[in-house]
Amino acid sequence: MKVYLLQRVGMFFLTVWLGMTLIFIIPRLAPGDPVAAMVSRMTAQAGQVENSAEIIEAWRARFGLDDPLPIQYLRYMKNVFSFRLGYSLAYFPTTVEEMVRDTLPWTVGLLALATVLSFLLGNTVGALLAWRGTPGLARALLPISLTFTSIPPFMLGILLIYVFSFGLEWFPAAGNVARGIHPGISFSFLVSVLHHGILPATAIIITTMGFWALGMRGMMITTDGEDYMILAEAKGLRPRRIFFHYGVRNAILPQVTALALSFGGIAGGAVIIEYIFTYPGMGYLLYQGIVNNDFVLIQGIVTIMIVGVSLAVLIVDLLYPLIDPRITYRKGSYG
Amino acid sequence: MDRLRSLLENHWKLGLGLAIVLTVAGTGLMGHLVWDVTRARVGSTELNLPPIWVRNPGPMFPKPDPTSPLGSDSSGRDMLALLIAATPNSLRVGVVAAGVGMAAGIFLGFTAGFLGGWVDNTIRVVADAVITVPALAVLIVISSYVRQIDLNNMAILLACFAWPAPTRTIRAQVLSMRHRPFVQMARLSGASSFEIMFLEILPNLLPYLAASFTGTVSASILAATGLEALGLGPTRIPTLGMTIFYAIKASAILRGMWWWWGFPIFMLVLIFSGLFLVTIGLDEIANPRLRGAPRR
Repeated sequence: MKVYLLQRVGMFFLTVWLGMTLIFIIPRLAPGDPVAAMVSRMTAQAGQVENSAEIIEAWRARFGLDDPLPIQYLRYMKNVFSFRLGYSLAYFPTTVEEMVRDTLPWTVGLLALATVLSFLLGNTVGALLAWRGTPGLARALLPISLTFTSIPPFMLGILLIYVFSFGLEWFPAAGNVARGIHPGISFSFLVSVLHHGILPATAIIITTMGFWALGMRGMMITTDGEDYMILAEAKGLRPRRIFFHYGVRNAILPQVTALALSFGGIAGGAVIIEYIFTYPGMGYLLYQGIVNNDFVLIQGIVTIMIVGVSLAVLIVDLLYPLIDPRITYRKGSYG
Repeated sequence: MDRLRSLLENHWKLGLGLAIVLTVAGTGLMGHLVWDVTRARVGSTELNLPPIWVRNPGPMFPKPDPTSPLGSDSSGRDMLALLIAATPNSLRVGVVAAGVGMAAGIFLGFTAGFLGGWVDNTIRVVADAVITVPALAVLIVISSYVRQIDLNNMAILLACFAWPAPTRTIRAQVLSMRHRPFVQMARLSGASSFEIMFLEILPNLLPYLAASFTGTVSASILAATGLEALGLGPTRIPTLGMTIFYAIKASAILRGMWWWWGFPIFMLVLIFSGLFLVTIGLDEIANPRLRGAPRR
């Protein structure tokens, strides 16, 4: 148990370190630096920029770009672990932490809800598809729910906006709450949040649940051939009990591992979903960073995303022994 | 011929998927011969033209023009020319990225599965760590620094995140095959590790490799389209994602110009569905239990 715990925590730090190192090193391998790029864009806009050499000089010194790379790297690491992400370039006195703090709850809320629902729905559909006791009608209808499986969430999102916001005008096309409603625990606030959140959440759920359904179906078919299933049947257990306690109980384990591995992809997809729906979460903030060439903001948000995703994986990993008792007996291996 | 027919009956998903992918690729490649792709440039046609079959596009829209059968965008790019020019580019990014990623994945997967020990542990841990890192987010950081990026560089960047999934699949398969009788047999008859890897194990992995490849192509095109839709792709070369980016930027969705974003999305949906069918078709060949309803 101790070994497992240490391995998982070690994995968390390795992932965070790897992601941060990637976003530190690769941009610096590329020709040019952000300050020079920024000034050249100012030149393109204004025709000419006075004292551009001095501006570059001053900004480079200010962001510590003149220091040797290892020093910059260590400073970056130190800042991240003390949660200092720096000042936004575009909204100067505001710090990146403040901007993230305002947007993070929306992203986490939307993603957590959509991911949990998608996981539950998908696995239910997959298990029923593989189960011999499923009624014929359900067996014929269930595959319809997999129609959108291979489509990226944001493309379905565009379609949903067109049909339900532009065409039918049932749901708003943008934002997270209606104007004039103050955040707080009130009925109207809750309704407004749901009203705005339904389309983006639906786009994520419908496009991702098929992935879980297919995985679950495969696992259920595999468990179906196991000896303990035949024994359970021979004992005369009720089909429902066999389904949940013998089939689903065993087939769900690899699905949970797959869930942990897919958090990174989910977070990436959410960036584009928020951008399509102008949903003021971290993903939309990231898009604004891109538009404003706000490199400090971009780097800060992506760092938070890396830490957040790794943390989510760690939590799933730590909960895993609760659903798979075998894990405590294993030594020197994981996953 | 009969064999082909029974093959298609057993593997209709694979067949249908291949047909879709080849049709899309063919439209992109053959389109150059029948349609003038220079009309994908800005200002080639009247602005905001609806497709020709639209009777009543709205009071302010111009009348449909037969020279632009699929309409045009707000900068006067002919949609048909744009689709023909952009589709091969989007496919190419995916294939190049997946090719590079698969090559690395095959090498690392075989090395890990065959050598075992600390080499295996290192490769496995690093692959797991890279899978966890949100690839799109890291790619956003990189491409927002670089900005002007060409298709090949973008494919190489995508490949940096395309190798862990095939590495994991191949490693798992190699591990399960290492102790099968036919490998033991080859070893007893004095085959070298190299021969065992490439003559005994690799041919048996072909369906897995093919499924892994199409899956990786699909994932790479998805990541590329995502970057392009955020405006971080190549801006001078037409791609399907870039077309969606311009459509969103010009709020085409809420202006009712569905043809602007609808056609590129339709092409991408065809590509993704085709690749998806090919992938699960190949999975069924690799693992026949997945085919059809459960037995007994």
